[in-house]
Amino acid sequence: MKALKIAVLAKQVPDTHNVGADAMNADGTINRAALPTVFNPEDLKALEMALQLKEEVEGSTVTVITMGPPRAAEIIRDARNRGADDGFVLSDMRFAGADTLATSYALSCAVQSLGAVDVIFCGRQAIDGDTAQVGPQVAEKLSMPQVTYAELLMEHDDKTLTIQRRLERGTEVVRVQMPALVTVTSAATDCRYPNAHRMLRYGNNEVTVHSADDIETDLSRLGLSGSPTKVKRIENVVLAHKEAEQVTPTEEGLGRLAQTLISEHIL
Amino acid sequence: MNFYKDNPSLSFYLHHCDMEQVANTRERNYAEAGKHPEAPGDAQAAIGQYEAVMSLLGEIAGDVIAPNAAAVDAEGPKLEGGRIRYAAGTRRNLDALVQSGLYGMTLDRKYNGLNFPRVAAVMAAEIIARADVGFATIWGLQDCADTIQQFASEQIKDKYLPRIYRGATCSMDLTEPDAGSDLQSVRLKASYDEASKCWRLNGVKRFITNGDADLHLVLARSEEGTNDGRGLSYFLFDRADGGMTVRRIENKMGIKGSPTAELQFTNAPCQLIGERRLGLIKYVMSLMNGARLGVGAQSIGLCEAACREAVAYAASREQFGKTIDNFVAVQDLLTAMRARTDGARSLMYETARYVDLSSTSKQASRTADILTPLVKLNASEFANRNAYDCIQVHGGSGFMKEYACERLYRDARILSIYEGTSQLQVVAAMKGLVSGAYLKLIEEYDAKVGMPAENGEVNLQCCLSMLRDATAAYKSLYIMATVDGTSTLLFEHNARNLIESLSYIIMGYLLLLDAQRDSSFAASCNYWARHSLAKVAYSSAMVNNI
Repeated sequence: MKALKIAVLAKQVPDTHNVGADAMNADGTINRAALPTVFNPEDLKALEMALQLKEEVEGSTVTVITMGPPRAAEIIRDARNRGADDGFVLSDMRFAGADTLATSYALSCAVQSLGAVDVIFCGRQAIDGDTAQVGPQVAEKLSMPQVTYAELLMEHDDKTLTIQRRLERGTEVVRVQMPALVTVTSAATDCRYPNAHRMLRYGNNEVTVHSADDIETDLSRLGLSGSPTKVKRIENVVLAHKEAEQVTPTEEGLGRLAQTLISEHIL
Repeated sequence: MNFYKDNPSLSFYLHHCDMEQVANTRERNYAEAGKHPEAPGDAQAAIGQYEAVMSLLGEIAGDVIAPNAAAVDAEGPKLEGGRIRYAAGTRRNLDALVQSGLYGMTLDRKYNGLNFPRVAAVMAAEIIARADVGFATIWGLQDCADTIQQFASEQIKDKYLPRIYRGATCSMDLTEPDAGSDLQSVRLKASYDEASKCWRLNGVKRFITNGDADLHLVLARSEEGTNDGRGLSYFLFDRADGGMTVRRIENKMGIKGSPTAELQFTNAPCQLIGERRLGLIKYVMSLMNGARLGVGAQSIGLCEAACREAVAYAASREQFGKTIDNFVAVQDLLTAMRARTDGARSLMYETARYVDLSSTSKQASRTADILTPLVKLNASEFANRNAYDCIQVHGGSGFMKEYACERLYRDARILSIYEGTSQLQVVAAMKGLVSGAYLKLIEEYDAKVGMPAENGEVNLQCCLSMLRDATAAYKSLYIMATVDGTSTLLFEHNARNLIESLSYIIMGYLLLLDAQRDSSFAASCNYWARHSLAKVAYSSAMVNNI
């Protein structure tokens, strides 16, 4: 079987398990400096799926791409220690403030800079945004078929991947033509741990950082200028009621509950 | 959870001022730098490597091994058709560690080892033991590879050592039904088979930890007509070569995940390690010192686990309107548990540093030899005491199976027994006691301490003063215990008290040196300074009134 060129899109996100009191600024935005960061959990699952495919198809390579501040290089190093061949960071103030549209545009340009890629794996969504939009948007921009909510890569041949994907009430198995993009859910196999020998061997190697000039882009589609999403207001929803309230499971009771939740800005 | 990152003491000892020399020695002044892609170029880079790998190990210990521990304890290994099947969690632990390239930590790079020093190896053992002492025994037996590396032929090393990195498990087959502490009585027979030009083993081994391992180091009688240690040689048996059956696995009180087996060897082919007749007197003794330090590491891991269980419970359990960690009686228990852990740990890393520097000076080698039994004796007894106190802090709940402390209590019990009982450690420490080597070491520490600065709540000057008083009192005690007319028997009766007195003083000094760099050790230093005085006074009363 011919060797595959595999790309993994990953994101460094705030570690929501270790949130301190100073994690949020007074204006409701995230104080990133006060938060430890981690490899987005579902992106790690995507990396594992990519590494398994690489191991099964001799000569294949895995390249990890992330967009973020320079410290996002940490997840490229981490991915390398776990078995990825290499990777790079897209870091440039011109990428800053990007919504999912601008992010997916930048990432799709970065993928194109690798040449012909056979498969792109990415996590279903990042824990800091929960949009689940970037993966599908990259696929659309690259005119690739996409398989979302993947939890198991079952088979592969020269041209196709057979994937089990999660549905609301069960699973379905689909076959997709490569090149394709696959978004991976938390039900997929956990990522392997870093390898000590790879850490010692590659730990100090530099990580390539690309600016907007290093990849072919239309600058107007990057960052804030490329982002139609505007944040109007961020509201901190505080659940103040300490006492439980029983809701009668009738249409009337549920209607009242829905009204309450809407008026409390929870729904 | 990361069992390295959440315990700043470990980083403290990796950055101890003597670690630069340890790294220089291990790396043979960086002879491989630039020639091997994993070799560091200087001490700072080497210590950075130790730290990075300990952090990886700490993550696996916290996220994989610890969560598996209760299920492994409940399931245990099974004997099926003469083979042992590990509990499912044990297999997962092994897979994670092998996949992460952590096996072969102290082996040379040419065997895919990490070429780490003993300090890092005992730290790894401590981290894993905190997660699960039973699994730590399986992990720790990779130290058998050090014996192969040190004493076996190049041919054997090239064939077997790379398998350690790939996850081959090891066992150390010494004990027999009639040869426990007295290994000179080993009877399992090794005879040379002229037809197949190889050695063959026949006989039974008993209480063999991880008995169905891939590679076995077997102590056997190779010299017909002998009946003491000089007729014993050391052999490497490969499980894949056949000729060995597991007859039974023991139903143990603790460390249940670690299979303890009785083995029947029947014409099992094997290979001689090193020279004939040196099996017990050279090779096993060398391995045994490493194994005793390893049990010290297991003990400290358990001490740490017990401390944390107790602290967490005491902070959450409310009685009389407040959490029980507000009561002085509970605080006393927690303080003692922390001090035992800190004291044993400081002693262990001091010993490990001397082991690492053994190749540079005979003095370092001698110091490592006299400190090793102190580590094994004190750490294993402290582990038992911490496990006991951990249950005490939990009260009635601690007696129930729902809490980890009852498993810790059962797991701790073997630590003061295997790889040489506490009583045998006292015998091993007698040389340093009689020669005055321990006192000389204490004098060296005293010279290093100088005059400590005032340090927060604990007065380190006062600690130093207490340690000096304890040392002076010990000297008088020693004279009393050895005055003319005192029989050997009486001296032996007092030996344990004398050795524990010395141990407490040494731990006090080591923690004083640590506290001068990091005030978090000051409370434990104070504990051991006070207990040194008390122990010497107690011992004096025992000697005077025997």
